[in-house]
Amino acid sequence: MAQAAAVAKPPAPPRRRRASATPRRLPYLLIAPAVLLMLGFIAYPVISVFYYSLQNYNPTKPWRNGFAGFDNFVHAFTDDPLFWDTLVFSAKWVVVEVGLQLLFGLALALIVNQTFAGRGLGRAMVFSPWAVSGVLTSAIWVLLYNSQTGITRYLADMGIGSYGTSWLSDTGTVFWAAVVADLWRGVPFFAILILADLQSVSKDLYEAAEVDGASRIKQFWHITLPHLKDAIILSTLLRAVWEFNNVDLLYTLTGGGPAGVTTTLPLYIANTSVDAHNFGYASALTTVAFVILLFCSIVYLRLSKFGGENK
Amino acid sequence: MTTKEAIAVAPAPAPTVPEPPRPAKKSRRAWDEAPRWQIYLPLGIYLVFTLIPFYWILLFSLRPAGSTSLVPWPMTFDHFEKVWTERSFGIYFQNSVLVGVATLFMTTLVALAGGYALARFDFKVKQVFMLALLCSQFVPGALLLVPLFEIFAELQMINSLGSVIIAETVFQLPLSIILISNFIKNVPYSLEEAAWVDGCGRMKAFRIVVLPLLRPGLIAVGSFAFVHSWNHFLFALMFLNNQEKQTIPVGLNTLMGADSVDLGALAAGGIVAAVPVVIVFAFIQKWLITGFSAGAVKG
Repeated sequence: MAQAAAVAKPPAPPRRRRASATPRRLPYLLIAPAVLLMLGFIAYPVISVFYYSLQNYNPTKPWRNGFAGFDNFVHAFTDDPLFWDTLVFSAKWVVVEVGLQLLFGLALALIVNQTFAGRGLGRAMVFSPWAVSGVLTSAIWVLLYNSQTGITRYLADMGIGSYGTSWLSDTGTVFWAAVVADLWRGVPFFAILILADLQSVSKDLYEAAEVDGASRIKQFWHITLPHLKDAIILSTLLRAVWEFNNVDLLYTLTGGGPAGVTTTLPLYIANTSVDAHNFGYASALTTVAFVILLFCSIVYLRLSKFGGENK
Repeated sequence: MTTKEAIAVAPAPAPTVPEPPRPAKKSRRAWDEAPRWQIYLPLGIYLVFTLIPFYWILLFSLRPAGSTSLVPWPMTFDHFEKVWTERSFGIYFQNSVLVGVATLFMTTLVALAGGYALARFDFKVKQVFMLALLCSQFVPGALLLVPLFEIFAELQMINSLGSVIIAETVFQLPLSIILISNFIKNVPYSLEEAAWVDGCGRMKAFRIVVLPLLRPGLIAVGSFAFVHSWNHFLFALMFLNNQEKQTIPVGLNTLMGADSVDLGALAAGGIVAAVPVVIVFAFIQKWLITGFSAGAVKG
């Protein structure tokens, strides 16, 4: 379709100068499909969320619908302990997940960056969970955590641990059980990114450092880590936003339970809008989440300086 | 630089990271000198953590119901048969393939156009467009479910796969455009200009000169789009009520939500969900190596 748009312009005759070969409207025609789709299915929904956040809007209770001013926001901040609980849990989830994924991902990347026999196969295997969906991850770990058939049962058979209940239905263990399941899928993300960036470290630097007698740990701190800094900052921020927003895994693995202890803010919002049909309030909560993420995106843009250098 | 950013924005979607060709006769390199056990021990431990879950689901899908054996023997394919017919995974599979392929083509075409504009032109709203692309990465689809549902209801597209295809495409677009524009920037403009001098129009020059060089990039972006839409769950869950229209992740979720979970069926369903993704990666691996080596040389 986009190509058709390009064809519609009279093909530029052979020219010498670049400027004259560039029809003025062509770039606009080329971005038009993307712009239209994003306006219709991202911008418009975002604006309608802002609009509903100022409304009482609940299809099951139409007699209460109408303009609400900032009531929804006031309610969230002053009168809704669940909002604060889920916000705090979201923060905890994001910090723990991103921190651990970065740590293990960095270690894994450094290891598979070495030269050793079986490296290709090793890389393929440790990176493989990256392609697995959130729902499939849940399915796998539901099997593993199941108290009848899961790995704990076999460990208990061998005398390690107790039979007990599933780690997913115990409020004391569910957090770490979910963290481990998400780590399984998330560590390869960082490992792949960091490994890609490691390829561009100049080997000469290490050789020079070695000539100067720097230990490997020193080389890591003074050569490798500074080189990786940008990639780490960017991927960490991106991942944090992604972990905040992503509901697939927790929705299917724990459903936010038991007793709501693994409900993130987006999960709470989904429940509020889908189950309770309280669209107005859910929209207000969404707006709050946007503001938090907007803050992140400003930091992200500052750090990445994206679009600052064009050809 | 741009390539490095592209990789940072979107990870290589495959377990392959290229080696830039190393100088053959360099002397000893410090990082290559780690003692073997310092490599194999942590790697082995991590491999156990990675592979046991895969083994577990394979085991459950192949051993008979009620068995507690730790090897899938005697082997049975009953679970697969059951999941494919009784649990409608045959239909879900068709729907998922349709959504995945349609998303792949729509995303690639629209992103190719937008990416070309970004890479090759300076125009007034370019900065605004780039900013919009980046900001949209922070807009979670999950939080827009209700307004999106209303839009699709208005368009009479609820219960039609079209709604899911559009939604998946839209949320794939920003990243795909940024990626493709970076791939196009890596193709020297002078090549295109040379083709114009030889009498090609812009479109023909693009098709003959640029497109073949973009193949690794297009395959990377296309496979992203396919895998994401194959894996994604919420849009299908929300917009498709009719069981005939559901996709694989929704089917998996239904299996998990049943009152007494049929673990064998769940495991077999999981394998069905995993197989296409594995095949896609096996197929595109060599293209990705080419694609990202080109990037590594530049970055």
